[in-house]
Amino acid sequence: MRNGPQRHRDTEVTKIWRSLCLCVSVACGIAAAAQTPERFGIGQPAPPELIAALDIDVRPDGTGLPPGRGTAREGAQVYARHCAACHGAKGEGGSADSLVGPEPKGMAPFGPAYEQWRSGRPDVSFTIGNYWPYATTIFDYVRRAMPPPAPESLTADETYSVVAWLLAQNGIIGEDTVMSAETLPKVVMPARSRFVRDDRKGGRTIR
Amino acid sequence: MRERKKRQDGLTRRALLKGTVGAAAVTLHGGAPSPQASAAQDARAQSPPGAPSRQGRPPNELGTRSPAEQPKRLPSPTSSRTPLQDLHGTITPSDLHFERHHGGVAVIDRQSYRLLVHGMVDRPMTFTLDDLKRFPAASRICFLECSGNFVRTNGEKTTPQALCGLTSQSEWTGVRLTTILREVGARPQASWFLAEGQDAAQMTRSIPLKDVLEEAMIAYAQNGEALRPEQGYPARLLLPGFEGNSNVKWLRRLELADQPFMTREETSRYTEPLAEGSARQFSLVMDARSIITWPSYPQTVRPGWLEIRGLAWSGRGRIQRVEISTDRGGTWKAAELQGPVLPKAHTRFRLLWRWDGMPTEILSRAIDETGYVQPEWPALQAVRGRRTRYHLNPITGWMVGADGRVLFGIGRVSA
Repeated sequence: MRNGPQRHRDTEVTKIWRSLCLCVSVACGIAAAAQTPERFGIGQPAPPELIAALDIDVRPDGTGLPPGRGTAREGAQVYARHCAACHGAKGEGGSADSLVGPEPKGMAPFGPAYEQWRSGRPDVSFTIGNYWPYATTIFDYVRRAMPPPAPESLTADETYSVVAWLLAQNGIIGEDTVMSAETLPKVVMPARSRFVRDDRKGGRTIR
Repeated sequence: MRERKKRQDGLTRRALLKGTVGAAAVTLHGGAPSPQASAAQDARAQSPPGAPSRQGRPPNELGTRSPAEQPKRLPSPTSSRTPLQDLHGTITPSDLHFERHHGGVAVIDRQSYRLLVHGMVDRPMTFTLDDLKRFPAASRICFLECSGNFVRTNGEKTTPQALCGLTSQSEWTGVRLTTILREVGARPQASWFLAEGQDAAQMTRSIPLKDVLEEAMIAYAQNGEALRPEQGYPARLLLPGFEGNSNVKWLRRLELADQPFMTREETSRYTEPLAEGSARQFSLVMDARSIITWPSYPQTVRPGWLEIRGLAWSGRGRIQRVEISTDRGGTWKAAELQGPVLPKAHTRFRLLWRWDGMPTEILSRAIDETGYVQPEWPALQAVRGRRTRYHLNPITGWMVGADGRVLFGIGRVSA
């Protein structure tokens, strides 16, 4: 994940950081009233158990994924029991988002080619298969927020298997491909390469 | 006697003109009045103008609005919109601040509340609400706007509230993020942090540190009092100029890292598919925008002097100028800005206009200190394509008919 621009950003942050520290020390030197200590001694050390309980996020490189495994075949039951009521029997959507796209493989839901194809089908939507850039996000989101009445109620195996089912339904992995902390970060999502950082910066140009 | 004479001499026409405000030859034309409003009208009808009130109630603990003035938010299943057309000046009353949440209004226990700060820090720590309040405090007036703030499904019968009521302004008070980062010993390698809420959605966003370091705060107060539950009580992240969603409410955890976390809200949501086939990510800053809040649908105006009023704001700094056209965009005139003009803040604008009774469309466009000019809808569509749901800030206007009825200029922003 750490590429050139990333390192460049780090340097800039370090610079801002240093200048803030410098401001603080200059202020300390010239005005007694503006003294700002390096630390106030407020707050409590965080117990490791609390960090472990709350730190549920999963990053694109797989950091945060728990032990466990699952396949689409196993996930079908989990999906039917916990998800289908709102997202539709096959992920086509219902009272909640559609998760499985009707779009042709490899065609993202935007851009000129897509607009042309879509002209006859105004009902198509953004789905995991055509828009989500990282497979790890599905695990993170299902675990933290799904199903709505009881987030974090699925086991790690159930979560891996329902994520596998969603990926398989979208034609990204096979029915029996095992999803785990090792394999999930390696899944390349169809829309991944389309995502770019914000290039708006004010001024005359409309972006 | 002499003093009174002198004062009369001083009241010259010139002096009066300096204080001129637009005489509003306008009547309100809305739906049926509320029960309270008609009760107040009945009361007025019973007594002549200026007649003294009967002995009123004694002082009490909480103030109330006049029964005749009952602005209301416009709720939907996921949000509630500020009645922009009913407000004056620049501050949004706290109970009329817009709401948008992803798991309902969280109920957080004050006693057990902790903010956890960890990740790339020397000392992972937790802070209670009292801890946060013990740090040096900072206050800041700024707008907060949802990046999905553009709804025109009601066509010409769209009110300012329905169109863009997901923007509000408050004075926020809290502790600066830098204060907390010093306390935990943030490491220089940290370039992003995850902000996570304690709501049912456990809302999470990755925030680029360098872009927010100077202004970010953890806010525990709004307009002089504790945050309201719907605004994130006990504490929320406040990122002036950034899209509302990133100002995470019911803030439970900050995790410092050297890369973004790619949460659902910054991948599947809050990203913009563009015309040429890419999708824009981490589009956090709100572009400049303006809206005329008065006159607007469903009001009716009469020929004569009107004061056009509205709000303009930019996530990139101060509003430099607001221009108004009363001839469908043919000519533009600078409106007066209410001072002080604050950076990243709702700025009230006003312009006197003598309406001749001919049908027309009135428009406003904002220009911010970067030189950015609020775009026309076709220009925005040309770069964004037709699938973008966020950061839509086109010039909008109001059609004034020969009969004085004001309708939303839907033709300008459709298709």
